[in-house]
Amino acid sequence: MSQIITKHKIQVLNQEQEFLCPSGIALLVGMETINSHCIDVGCRGGGCGVCKIRVINGSFSSKRMSKAHITDEDLQKGVVLACRIFPTSDLKIEVLHTPTSKQVIV
Amino acid sequence: MKKGVMRPGHIQLRVLDMEEALTHYRDLIGLIEMDRDEQGRVYLKAWSEIDKFSVVLREADEPGMDFFAFKCVDEASVDNLRAELIKYGCKVEDIPAGDLKDCGRRVRFDTPTGHKFELFANKEQTGKWGINSVNPEAWPEGLKGMKAVRFDHGLLYGPNIAGTTEIFTDILGFDLAEQVVNADEAGIANFLTCSCKAHDIAFIECPEPGKLHHASFLLETWDDVLRAADLISMRDVSIDIGPTRHGLTHGKTIYFFDPSGNRSEVFCGGDYHYPDHPTVIWQEEQLGKAIFYHDRVLNERFLTVLT
Repeated sequence: MSQIITKHKIQVLNQEQEFLCPSGIALLVGMETINSHCIDVGCRGGGCGVCKIRVINGSFSSKRMSKAHITDEDLQKGVVLACRIFPTSDLKIEVLHTPTSKQVIV
Repeated sequence: MKKGVMRPGHIQLRVLDMEEALTHYRDLIGLIEMDRDEQGRVYLKAWSEIDKFSVVLREADEPGMDFFAFKCVDEASVDNLRAELIKYGCKVEDIPAGDLKDCGRRVRFDTPTGHKFELFANKEQTGKWGINSVNPEAWPEGLKGMKAVRFDHGLLYGPNIAGTTEIFTDILGFDLAEQVVNADEAGIANFLTCSCKAHDIAFIECPEPGKLHHASFLLETWDDVLRAADLISMRDVSIDIGPTRHGLTHGKTIYFFDPSGNRSEVFCGGDYHYPDHPTVIWQEEQLGKAIFYHDRVLNERFLTVLT
């Protein structure tokens, strides 16, 4: 039996963008699928910390993220890696690109 | 190899989920699962390697590299190098035999770039996987995925690569095979070899210590690299860049990520280095071409995405 795929509206408040992310798809992959660049893309595996965001409201499930980038305190504040969360409702988020994600070698 | 260091022996990588990691290293790259230990670590090797394992995976909260080990010709070389490392001022730790399954004692030391390295001389030799040692066939049947031939090298990022390079050249007897220099002729990328390969280990300057850029596995041909790219798409694996060619080492390559975000490379071909060869120099203003020979522009992700 075919299932209707639910799409959740993701509003990226500090980038003034929004996109639809199908349920069951990582938020970052949903963004890449529609060719948006509002969140920086790194390893897509919860390891590098480049795609850090804060979820302001809405619900999601998540996979394990590197403790080097997301502490327990971060999680309580809704700070997560976009590659490791799966929206289960519409979300309002903000992008938290850090200076380390912009480092280049000297 | 002039000080007795032969080749990369093993790398221990941290992963967020062991079973997901095995779909990458075993089922995609094509390493062979050789053993597991009571700590839950999984031991793997590529088919052409003689020693029992070259990649050890450990489940942890934070991905990255625990340590990178080199195999030496004998225990006497390990003893000599241990003494020299202590004299130089490295923090040296003795790891007893059996800490890694079927591996002899290891000497672990730290470096200015914040990485831990090890020297050892003995590990169980199980021989090439699936191949007789007498009248050996060309390759074994039953390999998975990309059918990696061997674990080849690592690229690590950290501060003061000049300091770490000095330990590798002056104490461990490596040669500086290839280098990227800035306007002041300081090395910002150093590629080091203890063999005839263009690199057995490489370093790129970066303020954050102890970072892993990638672990690299050898394939035989450019067609194998293209087929690896096909598998990356077929299995929806996180890609970084490629297939392309490097200017540095001139290897033909593709980069992708394991499910915990550690970068992997599979590659074929490239330069060779003998001890009488001068260091191959790339200038920083040609860094784009040095790293990606065809695009000739830097991809920021290649420089900044690390575990």
